[in-house]
Amino acid sequence: MASDKKSLAVAALENGTVIDHIPADQLFKCVKILDLEGLDKQLTIGNNLRSDKLGAKGIIKIADVTIPEPVINRIALVAPNAVINLIRNYEVVDKRPVKLPDMVVGIVRCANPKCITNNEPMKTRFDVIDAERREIRCHYCGVTVTGAKADII
Amino acid sequence: MNPHSLVSIDDLSKDKIMQLLDRAKFFEEHPNHRFLAGKVVGTLFFEPSTRTRLSFETAVNRLGGRIIGFSDPSATSTSKGESLKDTIKMVSNYVDLIIMRHYLEGAARYATEVTDVPVINAGDGANQHPSQTMLDLYSIYKTQGKLTDLTITLVGDLKYGRTVHSLIMAMKYFNPTFRFVACNELRMPKEYLDFCDSQGIKYTEHTDFSAEVIDSSDIIYMTRVQRERFTDLMEYERVKDLYTLHNAMLDNSRDNLRILHPLPRVNEINVDVDDNPKAYYFEQARNGLFMRQSLICEALQIDPQSDFAE
Repeated sequence: MASDKKSLAVAALENGTVIDHIPADQLFKCVKILDLEGLDKQLTIGNNLRSDKLGAKGIIKIADVTIPEPVINRIALVAPNAVINLIRNYEVVDKRPVKLPDMVVGIVRCANPKCITNNEPMKTRFDVIDAERREIRCHYCGVTVTGAKADII
Repeated sequence: MNPHSLVSIDDLSKDKIMQLLDRAKFFEEHPNHRFLAGKVVGTLFFEPSTRTRLSFETAVNRLGGRIIGFSDPSATSTSKGESLKDTIKMVSNYVDLIIMRHYLEGAARYATEVTDVPVINAGDGANQHPSQTMLDLYSIYKTQGKLTDLTITLVGDLKYGRTVHSLIMAMKYFNPTFRFVACNELRMPKEYLDFCDSQGIKYTEHTDFSAEVIDSSDIIYMTRVQRERFTDLMEYERVKDLYTLHNAMLDNSRDNLRILHPLPRVNEINVDVDDNPKAYYFEQARNGLFMRQSLICEALQIDPQSDFAE
């Protein structure tokens, strides 16, 4: 692997989680959504890797951590085609697409400056009104936004 | 969270709307009964609104309840930086019902989440003002004898006018035909046209406030075209008088036509309309009192009609 200069020089994970097929321009939003900055485990973030599906893609590898599915699913807002791979003993034991939850809590900032959520110490809350188009509506003021344009907190 | 709070017109089913209209009619016949004896109501007006506040406070007074509250937030701890949550929690210790007006959108929904006391939204920014919509429905119901199959013409500021948006949402149960009359800058936003399409609501859009439109309407709902809504002041000067209703324009209108306006009016209805029996905006405001009595009883789960019968 490491000797093949055309492939990514990253050691395979023994245990952990790999999130693949993230659109390149949304990768760092995913890092933010998953709050990986403070994580003390081995973390590999790759971006602008070649992908037949996406053209350029991002990938996140997290060693020794199993991030709960509801947490990972939050990234479906910006990376709807991302795939979660669970790794045990260097083997992929589970592989599944992310799925947008019915409600998005505490991740997205409401675009309406007169929304209560931008003026009160509280969590934002959006209802998913169209999962396919990733359209979400502020539970409080009713302003809608689509996934890729969402302002991540 | 109290399930009997009223934040948005969307919270009300068709059956509930009809029940509230029926109860408003009851209060119109019996406005002074002490159904709220021993109750304390908090009217929290984080933004001044004289007409709405007087209407709600009159409703409470006529029902025999007592009122605490404020009409000017600069005299409260909000001006010291207290959060809305803390203000609501504090007031919840004292009152049986909160009626609140706030300048921020979504404030009422949030208030319902931090207290077990029922909350009635008396307007949250440009978002929702359900008691206004309910009194509009009551005015339509009262003057037309029904809510179904009416042709309703909305005139003026259809872009920012929250009352017209809520009215469209509320009328979805009643097979209306809407006519939207506005200049291009203030035309009905796409999301509400989409809403009409999705609900099978018939509508046409007009830039002309023409005789044809007026003469085929059962209700004309006028709104104020505000100067500050325009990015182009030349455009404002051009259109400001195009959407003014004069008495002569009503000559060939339907007998059952009534003119509504949420008030305050500036110049969009000429004063010569006031004496026309089809002018209904002052009665409409009066209807607000009975509807608010109805909504207050709903929030407190008081059934005045059966209590009255006993």
